[in-house]
Amino acid sequence: MDAFKFSRAATVDQATVSGAGPVKPIADVRFVAGGTNLIDMMKLNVERPKVVVDINGLPLDKVEATPQGGLKLGALTRNSDVAKHPVVVRDYAVLSEAILSGASPQLRNMASTGGNLLQRTRCPYFRDTAHACNKREPGSGCSAIGGHNRMLAILGTSKDCIATNPSDQNVALAALEAMVEVQGPKGKRSVPMHEFHVVPGATPHRETVLGAGEIITAVTLPAPLAGSKQVYLKLRDRAAYEFALASAAVVMKVDSGKVSHVRVALGGVGTKPWRSFEAEHELMGKSVDAANFRKAAEVALRDAKASSENGYKIELSKRCLVRALTMASV
Amino acid sequence: MAEKTNETELIPDEALRPEESEKTPASRLSRRSFLSHLGAAGIAVTAPPLLAAAAPALAETQATPAVAAGTVAVTLKVNGQAHPMQLDPRTTLLDCLRDNLELSGTKKGCDHGQCGACTVHVNDRRVNSCLSLAVMHEGDEITTVEGLGQPDHLHPVQAAFIEHDAYQCGYCTSGQIMSAAAVLKEGVGPTDDDVKHAMYGNICRCGAYPNIVAAVQAARRA
Repeated sequence: MDAFKFSRAATVDQATVSGAGPVKPIADVRFVAGGTNLIDMMKLNVERPKVVVDINGLPLDKVEATPQGGLKLGALTRNSDVAKHPVVVRDYAVLSEAILSGASPQLRNMASTGGNLLQRTRCPYFRDTAHACNKREPGSGCSAIGGHNRMLAILGTSKDCIATNPSDQNVALAALEAMVEVQGPKGKRSVPMHEFHVVPGATPHRETVLGAGEIITAVTLPAPLAGSKQVYLKLRDRAAYEFALASAAVVMKVDSGKVSHVRVALGGVGTKPWRSFEAEHELMGKSVDAANFRKAAEVALRDAKASSENGYKIELSKRCLVRALTMASV
Repeated sequence: MAEKTNETELIPDEALRPEESEKTPASRLSRRSFLSHLGAAGIAVTAPPLLAAAAPALAETQATPAVAAGTVAVTLKVNGQAHPMQLDPRTTLLDCLRDNLELSGTKKGCDHGQCGACTVHVNDRRVNSCLSLAVMHEGDEITTVEGLGQPDHLHPVQAAFIEHDAYQCGYCTSGQIMSAAAVLKEGVGPTDDDVKHAMYGNICRCGAYPNIVAAVQAARRA
């Protein structure tokens, strides 16, 4: 691990100034909350910050009701606390299920809501400095394309990157239409979950719309829709402590046998948490039956592109979505 | 039972061991302090000039303790005791516990948050100490396996692990015990499957899982 300067931020303003400080802020400064992802990558020399700012002292660890009837999760709330929060369990079950399907109890006790949003890919080439990786070292190439890519993405890929966003939490947040609250040197803004992460294109090192010095302060969930049902289904190589090969988060309401509201997000298959507006559009107003669910799945995966080892994910992801929709409709 | 047989084989004749040997200074040395004494002796024999050159510098340091450049002040509260320290910020909580505080009960397995051998409690929650910087823990209450129980008054989980032979090589054991002690307070469901699910962050390469589950269940009933 490279040497770095360590500081503790006492206020959000102080943190945003620290983050915007040196010449190359994106590469040089890292905020640390749980540390489960950042410190792991620093040990691998995948992350080599010059400055690490400890933000655990910031007052961002509350879960609060919003005036709009929703719920605001402070950026420093821990994954385990969010997953077992009574209001989350009652009104946002898809988020609780998604969080509990990932990592281990110890890691969930450490990992924060904001940190999970910024979780980096588990692509083996990103994590190994002996290999080319455009995300880790822009312009160096992509060893995953044509390499071991069984776990990697089929949606939102580019010729420069096929890395998967590994988070379960983020898939649920996409289906819940969460807003990411951000504060930076230029002030505050709210970013819709589906716009927070960006597809790799020609700049795979850029994963979110966060600018220099900007910090996530909270995630806001809209008021739950009465009568809707939520499901998170995760398919993986073993039943615990493993990343998704394919997952689906569904929030759906059915009136008189017809879909009156539906939100769909896919995990394990996208370069970002994959909200499928296409599947939602396909399902709206349709009767809940296997044929219509399959049609929606076909539409959701229409633009999927397989690499040498991950073609199986196209059918797996479709079946995962059909199963999740079925579970949400009974 | 296999380990116990091995132990007997390693010490073929119990009767040859003098009773009072437990009280002699040499046998009171722990394996760790024995090894570090051996290391110092090795340096003295193989590199006397180096040791001689280092000696005056050492004396100076002791006279006027200087703060090394780039280090960060932190006071860690471990097992109820406060330890003011000046640390390289790269020091993980795990390395600090083992190397700076010589609490070697907490083990380093994968060092990447995948095996659970380094599990300790921070403010009563189980965490992977390998993925946390020590300097991030100013004011936190840290409990290691050394603080959980002592040989003469074991924590119920420690007693259950012995009773149920819940280990083979023992390397993952302190992490398993720290996780299990947390499980006792986490409101985990009653079945063996619930225990397995709550303990999946701790890997045992020997595969002592059935006995670990039995030990955790016994400790929960105790």
